[in-house]
Amino acid sequence: MKKILTTFLFIIIFTSNAYALSEAYKNNIYNPGELKPVDSVLKVKVGDAAPDFSLKAVSGKTISLKDYYGKKNVVLSFVPAAWTPVCSDQWPGYNIVKDIFDMNDAVLLGISVDNIPTLYSWTNQMGNLWFEVLSDFWPHGAVAEKLGVLRSEGVTERALFVIDKKGVIRYIDVHNINERPPLEMLVRELQKLN
Amino acid sequence: MKRKTAVLISVMAMLMITAVCAADVNPPQVGGVFPDIELSKPADPAHLKYLGLSGSGTFKVQQVKADAVIIEIFSMYCPYCQAEAPNMNNLYALIESNPAIKNKIKIIGIGINNSLYETDIFKNKYKIAFPLIPDGDFKLHKIIGQVRTPYFFVVKLKGGKAEIIYSKLGALGDNKAFLEQTIKSAGLK
Repeated sequence: MKKILTTFLFIIIFTSNAYALSEAYKNNIYNPGELKPVDSVLKVKVGDAAPDFSLKAVSGKTISLKDYYGKKNVVLSFVPAAWTPVCSDQWPGYNIVKDIFDMNDAVLLGISVDNIPTLYSWTNQMGNLWFEVLSDFWPHGAVAEKLGVLRSEGVTERALFVIDKKGVIRYIDVHNINERPPLEMLVRELQKLN
Repeated sequence: MKRKTAVLISVMAMLMITAVCAADVNPPQVGGVFPDIELSKPADPAHLKYLGLSGSGTFKVQQVKADAVIIEIFSMYCPYCQAEAPNMNNLYALIESNPAIKNKIKIIGIGINNSLYETDIFKNKYKIAFPLIPDGDFKLHKIIGQVRTPYFFVVKLKGGKAEIIYSKLGALGDNKAFLEQTIKSAGLK
C-alpha cells in the first residue's frame, strides 16, 4: 500500500510540471508524460578521449568530431526527441547565446535520433539556428550508444558533453530527461576551459 | 488495518481531486482578478524605481505604483518571445514617451522556468528596458493555468486589487491599437 501511495504521490507532484511551451509550436507537441529520469549507463567519463563520429546534419553537411580537434571546443547537446515538450524548449535558448559559445571558442552540435526530415521541420519552428543539428537516426542511435546515453526505448538521454580542443571530455551532464539543464551550468563549464 | 487503508484511500482521493483541479486551471480571464502572488523584486534600482518599489524581497503586482500593468509571460527559450522582444521594447518606448500615460502604465515580464541568469540573458540580448522577473519553479505558471508563451495580461490596479482587462495568448500585434485599447479599458481616458 505504501508503495502505491509513493508512486501516486510521485505522479501527482511531477506530472504537473508542464513546460511553458512557445506558441511557435502551436498544438503540435506530443507530451510523453513523466519519464524515468535516466535510463542508460555512461560508457565514457570525464578525462576520456571522446570517441570520434560522423553524422549527417540538417544543413546537408556531414559533421565529424575530429574536424574540431585543435580548433574548437565542442558541446554536444543530445535531446531525446523532436516535437516533445522539454526538447522544444531547449535549443531555442542556445540559439540566442552564440556570443557565449564564441567567447569560449566553442561550437555547439545538437543531436537527436530523429531523422533529417523530422529535424528539419521541427527546428524550422525555432527560427534560424546558428549551430549544426545532427541526426543519429541510422544506424539507430549509434553515437548515443557509443557514449552510453541511448535509452531502452530508443531515444537518447537529455545530455550535455563538453569536449576540449584536444578531444578530451571535460564535462558530462546526463540530466533528468524531464527537465531542462540550467544554462548557467553549461556556461560555467565552458568558462573553465579557458 | 482497515482504518489505515481507508485513510490512505482518502488521502489519494484528495490528491487526485487536487491534481485534476490543478490540471484544469484555465488562465484568468477579463473581469477576473490576477492572482495574489509574490514575485522577486528586481535587483536593479532603476527597475525598482520604475515600479515604485524599494528594498529587496518580494512584491505583488497589486503593489506596483501604476494604474495598469502589462504582464508578459515569456521564456528565454521561446522563439516567439524572442521575436516579440523588439515589439515589446517599442511598446515600452511608446508609453515612456507619452507624458499622459508614462507613470500610469508599467510593463513587467515574468520568465517561466527561467533562472535569474536566463532572464538576464534575455534582457541583455534584446536590451529590454522593463523589469524581467524569473519564475524558476513554475510557481506562477501553475496558478495561471500553464499557459503557452508569450501570454499577456493587462491588469487595472484599484484599491489593492488587480482586475484583469486583457488576457490573451500570442503577440500583441499593433502596439498603438493595443495601447489605445488598454488606456480605454483601464479608464485612463
